[in-house]
Amino acid sequence: MNRFAALLEALLLTPSRNGKLRLMQEYFRSQPDPERGWALAALTGELSFAEAKPNQVRTLAAERIDPELLGWSYDFVGDLAETVSLIWPAAPATPAVVPLPSLTEIVETLRCASRTEVARLLAPWLDALDASGRWALIKLVTGSLRIGVSARLAKLALAEWSGVALDRIEEVWHGLSPPYQPLFDWLESRQPAPDIGDLPTFSPLMLAQPLEDDDLTSLDPRDYLAEWKWDGIRVQLVARDGEKRLYSRSGDDIGPAFPDILAAMPERVTLDGELLVARGGEVAPFNDLQQRLNRKTADARMLRDYPAAVRLYDILREGSEDLRGLPFAERRRRLEAWHQADGPRPALDLSPLISFASWEELRQLRDAARERGIEGLMLKRADSPYVAGRPKGPWFKWKRHALTIDAVLMYAQRGHGKRSSFYSDYTFGAWAGDTLIPVGKAYSGFTDEELRLLDRWVRNNTVQRYGPVREVTPAIVLEIAFDSVHRSTRHRSGVAMRFPRIHRIRWDKPCHEADTLEALEKLLT
Amino acid sequence: MPLAAPRPETWIRATPAGLYCEPGDFHIDPSRPVPRAVITHGHGDHARPGNGEVLATPETIAIMQARYGDGAGANLQPLSYNETLTVGEVGVRLMPAGHVLGSAQVVLDYGASRVVVSGDYKRRPDPTCLPFEPVNCDLFITEATFGLPVFRHPPDDREIDKLLHSLSLFPDRCHLVGVYALGKCQRLLALLRRAGYEAPVYLHGGLLGLTALYERLGVALGPVLPATGVPREALKGRIVLAPPSAAAEPWSRRLPDPLVAQASGWMRVRQRAKASGVELPLVISDHADWDELTQTLDDVGANEVWVTHGREEALVYYATKKGYRARALALTGFEEDE
Repeated sequence: MNRFAALLEALLLTPSRNGKLRLMQEYFRSQPDPERGWALAALTGELSFAEAKPNQVRTLAAERIDPELLGWSYDFVGDLAETVSLIWPAAPATPAVVPLPSLTEIVETLRCASRTEVARLLAPWLDALDASGRWALIKLVTGSLRIGVSARLAKLALAEWSGVALDRIEEVWHGLSPPYQPLFDWLESRQPAPDIGDLPTFSPLMLAQPLEDDDLTSLDPRDYLAEWKWDGIRVQLVARDGEKRLYSRSGDDIGPAFPDILAAMPERVTLDGELLVARGGEVAPFNDLQQRLNRKTADARMLRDYPAAVRLYDILREGSEDLRGLPFAERRRRLEAWHQADGPRPALDLSPLISFASWEELRQLRDAARERGIEGLMLKRADSPYVAGRPKGPWFKWKRHALTIDAVLMYAQRGHGKRSSFYSDYTFGAWAGDTLIPVGKAYSGFTDEELRLLDRWVRNNTVQRYGPVREVTPAIVLEIAFDSVHRSTRHRSGVAMRFPRIHRIRWDKPCHEADTLEALEKLLT
Repeated sequence: MPLAAPRPETWIRATPAGLYCEPGDFHIDPSRPVPRAVITHGHGDHARPGNGEVLATPETIAIMQARYGDGAGANLQPLSYNETLTVGEVGVRLMPAGHVLGSAQVVLDYGASRVVVSGDYKRRPDPTCLPFEPVNCDLFITEATFGLPVFRHPPDDREIDKLLHSLSLFPDRCHLVGVYALGKCQRLLALLRRAGYEAPVYLHGGLLGLTALYERLGVALGPVLPATGVPREALKGRIVLAPPSAAAEPWSRRLPDPLVAQASGWMRVRQRAKASGVELPLVISDHADWDELTQTLDDVGANEVWVTHGREEALVYYATKKGYRARALALTGFEEDE
């Protein structure tokens, strides 16, 4: 358990993604089975103990620790797992000798323990472990690690450590369960890849490259098919042998939050499409979809107010036939034929192809996209097989022009990791009369040289400090590019931008000439 | 017939300028300039410039002179540990507090009543200063920087091992350790030397003066070099000590891929380390942890306890529950830094 605790602690404190990858690789390399398998389950969020509840930890702590002192400590530390791990007193005078539990022992015992047994098990473990071990144990029990590692990053660490491609790991992932012995046997070349049979697993997605302006000169429009780029999230619908799954683009199973989509799903097919909120065939703004995302379930009100739908654009598997090797045009034909035969379904429809003769014609369609609430265009080579990852050439996304406003730099915050000595996160505002109202935050879009200049300017023009944040003299105008702007009740300005980034620093422009909040509101979707 | 001992609150009290001893007519660690001051140790929030008469250990006076030059005080009077000086009607004695070089508890005797002012202190051994000596008293006036039971400092050696282990794991990264300029810096050097680390340690300019002063006062710290002006490549895999704020300053950009560490009792709380961008927290503190604070209450045998600064409420609560008369003074002007 100590080694696992040390890993969690290091992951929490290491800001860089590469650093986190290295820590996980080192762990997978050095730890035995099934210890590392349980750790992988914890890191990917696949581990939960139905009978272990945060409240049991609270109750245990209250039995050992004076409630006043516990209360003040919790107020100071701000996190229950951390407070209890730090404050847990040394074991009573004559403790039964409890050997240090391994992660495996803890997991396997907790998995089949009843609620009363859990409470009885925890105390001797907390006695045997040190503060780091206690922290890790409580994190496991309470089910939220919050150490800045996504399931995908953990899988990437597996891929880099083993030399097996991430796509291949993702393909088998949903057919496996903790502690993943067949997976480790395969990754260490002791066994062939696990046979996942007909399980409804995730197929890694084919992604598009952004289209640069001069790309088109070398491309022949006759080689490509075009579709609208919908403003939702990419999903994969998988139905096999009566099992149905809805996966996000990173391979997370988001089905439980979308019972309406699961109910509308056909049998024995794998489809690729865009998850949207749609009312009577009309796509609602992304903001509406946002209400349904990052939730574990959806109640009746959510289902009624924000009805979800999927607009389909590809078919990867029909019956037992894998279609990914076919050219896109052929898959498209199969998709249409399947859809025709399957009959109409309320929450599923096809994303239409757009006919065009020249890039110029397509460009005009794209420029008009904003009026229609569409993000842009997708270009897909007619002969492209479905290849996982982001190959350069077969698929392009051609986004509509970004919107821009001129805003005034108001606050700057220090970044993390390599940027920790730089004020690199900028809050900017727009004018409402004589007052600046913060309208957004950006931390990208500038060069290293510009970052150095902005950092120096911030340090020399600070009027107030709030911890890592500095308020600066309103003087610098930032030209902010963003994809769209929406109403928001959570922001003082009443609006929220999507993907704001710094397009240019207008050192030349006086700040009173920056845009007004009213001007920004005119751009509302 | 023996005189009844005067009750402490009749002759010592908290004032806006700090603790004031009436029959001796002096302040202890005043927060603003006063005619007569007894100074417990050289940290800036305890030893401030501009006082008239200053009474302190010879080391503390040397530190104040190094920091403030002529501003250290109009008349500086050294008082060695364990010697008694009568000031007005009060006997004043300085006893080691184990906090930093020269740090002292102030033992005050008036009539048959004895008050001990702890200043900042710790109980565990520190190679750079004399250990805390408990003195029996009627009233113990204590600090409480780490006055919560979540604060239990681990053994120093384990934390030094963490640093050395990280150096071996990341030999290409410079290890930038945030330390307070007085005390922590020199203690870390001494602990590294004791662990067998013999390579030169590189210091931020702000740490050089006091480190040299420690050497002059007889504390051996091994080879140290200024970090400024050293080629970037030469600092790979080296330990650089700097004030905690330096990691966020442009100064740190000269360092090769710095791994930010910090040596402080606050590092015990992971979320706090995380929030300050610390990658390698080292729980090394010059203050008493919860166990030391509570143990010391028992060791000095006072029946009354006043708490000057820190997390007073928990310690006052604990002391009251244990049967001491306890109260918080809520003195202002003391910092959380260490």
